This record gives sequence, structure tokens and C-alpha cells, in this order.
Amino acid sequence: MRLKHTLAATVLGLAGLASASPALAKDVVKIAFVGPLTGGVSAIGLGGRNSADLAVRLRNADPASKYEYQLVTLDDECRPNIGVQVATKVSTDKSIVAGVTHFCSAVAMGTVGVYHRFGLPVVVWGAVLPEITYGNDYKEVHRVNGTMINQNQVAAEFMAGQGYKTWAIIHDTTDYGKGHNKYFSEFIAKHGGKVLGTFGVTADQQDFTTELTRIRELKPDVLYFGGLTPLGVRIRTQMEKLGIPAQFEGTSGIMSDAYIQGVGAQTAEGSLAFIEGAPLEKLPGGQFFSEQYAKNKYGEPAEAYGPFAFAAANLIMDAVEKVGPDRAKVRDLLNATSDADTIIGKVTFDDHRQNVVPLVTKYVVDGGKWTIWEDSSYAKGDKKLAGK
Amino acid sequence: MSVLGQYLFNGLMLGVIYAMVAVGFTLFFGVLDVIKFSHGDVLMVGAFAGLAASLGVMHLGVESAAVQLLAVVLAALCVTGLLGALIARFLILPLRKAPPLNTLLATLMLGTVLREAVRLFYPDGSNPKPFPALLPSATLDLGGLSLRSDSLIILCAGVAVIVGVHLLITRTRLGMAIRAVAQDGETARLMGINFDAVVLLTFALGSGMAALAGVMNGLYYNEINFNIGLLLGVIGFAAAILGGLGNLYGAILGGFLFAGLQVLGSAALPALIPDIPSAYRDVFAFAVVIVLMAWKPTGLIAEKSSERV
Repeated sequence: MRLKHTLAATVLGLAGLASASPALAKDVVKIAFVGPLTGGVSAIGLGGRNSADLAVRLRNADPASKYEYQLVTLDDECRPNIGVQVATKVSTDKSIVAGVTHFCSAVAMGTVGVYHRFGLPVVVWGAVLPEITYGNDYKEVHRVNGTMINQNQVAAEFMAGQGYKTWAIIHDTTDYGKGHNKYFSEFIAKHGGKVLGTFGVTADQQDFTTELTRIRELKPDVLYFGGLTPLGVRIRTQMEKLGIPAQFEGTSGIMSDAYIQGVGAQTAEGSLAFIEGAPLEKLPGGQFFSEQYAKNKYGEPAEAYGPFAFAAANLIMDAVEKVGPDRAKVRDLLNATSDADTIIGKVTFDDHRQNVVPLVTKYVVDGGKWTIWEDSSYAKGDKKLAGK
Repeated sequence: MSVLGQYLFNGLMLGVIYAMVAVGFTLFFGVLDVIKFSHGDVLMVGAFAGLAASLGVMHLGVESAAVQLLAVVLAALCVTGLLGALIARFLILPLRKAPPLNTLLATLMLGTVLREAVRLFYPDGSNPKPFPALLPSATLDLGGLSLRSDSLIILCAGVAVIVGVHLLITRTRLGMAIRAVAQDGETARLMGINFDAVVLLTFALGSGMAALAGVMNGLYYNEINFNIGLLLGVIGFAAAILGGLGNLYGAILGGFLFAGLQVLGSAALPALIPDIPSAYRDVFAFAVVIVLMAWKPTGLIAEKSSERV
């Protein structure tokens, strides 16, 4: 009986200690994550959220960090109107120091002004429209991933190098899809390619048989698609149904496991995509990220932009460690980021706070997986792209 | 010519799916004077039930496409038939005496609940899902017009279902009961018709049709996602209104007409006016629907109260 009492007292005492300790310990610093957590591209949003969350967890587990970080997660639904509401909510919450924000370009375009007005420093983790950083001079807005300019430049050069001559373009009619269309058309013209037809479609369209019937008549070598995964899946599937033999070329917007699952490994085979940054598995931190991500047992894969969200969150926390949880100071420190080591490689912000990404990686679906072009059976000559 | 044929065929495929959804709307309106806005999402639930069944059958090691197809259709029909009856029993019938706006809102919200439930609880439900190709996929080449056998089968199945429902309503005792309830519920009761049972059966029937439309949609596009019901519901509703809500032929006519407008909008608009991309096809189709509604507010085939359903 006595022993039982002692035990109970000890347990109570320990519990008391445990509950008391956070009060003694570090100050809590809040960071926001905003991305599409519901809707068609939620796979990428959830991957980004998990990755940012991973960065926070790892930092909190590090005894050397001065603060206890807390991630405030919000859903922009990939819709500009919702994005602006959420951005306003985050910006007006003074306890939030900085944000890791947006995958969808149309949303980011709507929100950068809000962040500027309220002085909240943000690091964009996935949206690729150039105007997000280059279309304004907001000191609050940074971006770790590259823009669609670099992406389409490499894409056009690569495709022309493969010997393709004619293209048909389908793009969604948001800023994002229109931007891809604009830059790809420009670059491919420089490389002597000819665009036979351009088709703007709505971002939630289900049926593409009319557009594809027209494209079948045009007989292009390549069908270029500027848009996101859900549409990419439908277009690739319906291409097959209508028997269009053209090569399918996407952008970073379809670079997700969801694309291959949606289309099915067999039909997805040979699809191309381009994404800024060095391939994760080739970076020193890539292995570490994948391991830690697996260890934390997240329900969804990190997807292509997860590492960018991870890096963005870390840049913010590094800044907070140095200057404390002060929006203006964090902003100034982020502005000056140069040669910072992250898992996506060295990050340097230019005068528009755009990361100078030196590299664009080409991917092809090979055996049911996105494979770096140079490592694929296509580059080795074991398999051939359509029409080759 | 071959292009024209291809457009026509694309339009027919869309039309048959729209018509099936529109028939559901018309059935519900005819029998109970309600507009059930969750209809599109019931369709989506049917498609997902079918997908789950096909995965289940595949898990059991059955490779035969015919068996899988049977499982898909049965699962879709049973799940949505039951769902439709449950919706009627617990949402529509209790709200019968309430203003019609309440039913409309309640079913609109139910649609969101269904949609989000599939997205959250179906494994990885927020991503588009590949739907298995279970029909033979030989291609018939008729002078540049490529018709796939699976598309043809889907088209024929759709027409058969619509004809079947039509026969059910015009030639059977159940159909007679449905028509009686549609005409006058009270009198039908006095004649010894079990009102509640007929309502439940009608909702099960309409929902089952939606499920078949969902499965056909999946087989045709080989892809489904949690969002397909939203637009299909709106289009089906517009088609039913266009044809004349409460009239079976009107719904079918409306479905095909809407599909025709969409194809026309995406094929002809960009050709005629170069600055307008095919993205405007829904704008075009719905705008024409508005004009037609202004011209014939009761629908193309006007509803006479004696000819409901």
C-alpha cells in the first residue's frame, strides 16, 4: 500500500514537472504554411505541408535552437479569392512571424500585395509564374523555387534537340497556364519549332475530346501541356482514347506521383516534365530529407515541391534564430540571403528576392516512375520517345 | 467529314451521360416536386463504389474483365440505390411540408458532405483515380473516323438504360404507380398505392441511373475524381430544365442538346472568332440555355401536369 502511494506520488511529481517545463523553456514562434490542402492539386499541397512540418519538427528536436516553433497551416484551395482571405488572416495575426506560401501561381499573384501591405515576410515554395517576384518590388516576397522562364527555356532547347519540329499546345487559362504557353511558345520559336495550334481550356474541364479531335487533324509531333496534374491526367488519357500518337510534354505542374497513378503506368510511360533545381537524390541533403520524411510516417508523399517547402521553412527559422521573432528584421535578413546551404542546394536571392536557380532537371516517366532523363532508359537508347 | 463525324460521336457520348443525369432530376421533380442538388455527387459516389469494387475483385485474384465489370455495376447500383432511398427517407420526405427552398438547400449541402467525405475517407481521395478499362478497346477505323469499341458499347448501354427506364415507367405496374404519385400523391394514396414505397423506389431508381452514368463516365475517361459530380450535376440540372423539368423526353432532349452546344462551342467558336479559346464552351452553352429558357420558360417540351414523368 505504502509502495503504491510512493509510486503514485512520483508519477504525479513527474507529470507536474513535465507540464511545468514548457513554461520555463523556449518562447513559441509561429510560422504559417499556406498551400492547396483541398481540391485537385491538394496532393502537392499536402506534400508541401508535411515537408514544412518536418522542418519544424526537426528544428524543435534540436536542443541548440533558441525558440519553440509552431506551424500554422492554412488552405488556399488553389483559388485566388480564398488565398487572399487566408493571406489576410495570416498577415493580421501578429503572432505569426513569417510564412511559407503558395503552390498555385494564380493564388500567389493575388496575395503578394497583401503580404506587402501588412509587412509579413513570405517565402514562396512552389508557384512558378515569374511575375510573383519580378512583377513587383515587394521586399516581403521571396521565392526558393525557380520560375517558368528557366523551365521552358530548357524544355524548348531539349525538345528541339530531340528532333521534334511541330507542337500543339493546350494550356489552362489561368495566369499559370497562360504564362507557360507564352514562354514555351517564345523559346520554341527561337529553336525553329512550329506551333500548329494553341488551345486555352478552363482549369476544371473534364472533356477534351473536341480540342483533341482538332489536334489529331493537325498531326503535331508533340503535345505540350501547360497546366496542373488533374487536367494533365485527363488530357493524357483522352489522347490515348482518340489515338493521338504525339509525344506528351508537360511542365513542373504535372511532376507528381498522382499523375502517374491517375493515368496508369502504361499510358504515362514516356511523359516528360521539367522542374527547377537539382534532383533531390543527387543533393547532399536529399538522402537526409527522404529518410527523415519516411521516419515521420506522413500519410502523403512529399511530391516534387516538398523539398522547396522544407527549405523555405528552414530559411525562415534560420533567420528567426539570428534576429529573433521580428517581422522586419526577419525580412531584411531573408532579403540578404546569399549562398545559404539548403537541401535544394545553395540559395541566393537576387534583387527581386528570386532564388537564382542554376539548374533545371528533365524528367521522364520510365517504368512507372519519374526518372531523371540522363538516368533513364530513354537517354540510354533502350526505350524511345513517341515518334522517334 | 471524318472530323465532323468525330465531333458528332464525341457529342453523342457526352449527351448520353448528361441525359442519364437529367432523367434523374426529372424523375425526382416529377414525383415529389423537389430539386435534389446532391444528384451529381450521388453519381460520383456510385463511380467510387464501382472503383472500390473493381479493386476488391482484383484483390481476390479475379482477372476476368467481365466479372470485374459486373462487380463494378452491381456495387455502384446497390450503393447509390440505397443511398438514394436513404436520402429520400431521411431528408426529402421529412422536409416535404417545408418550403421547397429548404429541400434544395439541404440537398445542396448534402452534396458537399458526400463530396468531401469521398475526398477525405477514400484512400488518397483528393487525387484523380484511374478507372480500370474493362471493355474491349479495339479501334474501328471508318475513313479517318476512329471509333473505339468501348465507347460504342458505353453509348449503346446508355441508350439501353434510358429506353429501359422509359419502358419501366410507361409499361409496368411500378411505372404506373410512379406516374400516379407524380400526378397526384393524395389521390394515389386513396387508390391504395403505397406512397412512401413509391417515393423511395423512384429515388433509388434515379440514383441508380446516376451511378450508371458515373460508371460510364469512368469507363469512358478512365479517370474519376471526387469533383466530377459538381459540374455533371449542374449540367444535368440545366439539361432537365431546358427540356422541361418533369418530362422524361425533355430531359433526354436537353441532355443531348447541351452536349451539342458544348461541342459546338469548343469546335466552332475558336474557328469563327480566333481570339476566343475553347475554354469559353461552357460560357457559350450555358448562355444559350439562358436564352432558350427566356424563350420557353417551361422548357422545350412544356410540362403538362397530366403528363408528369
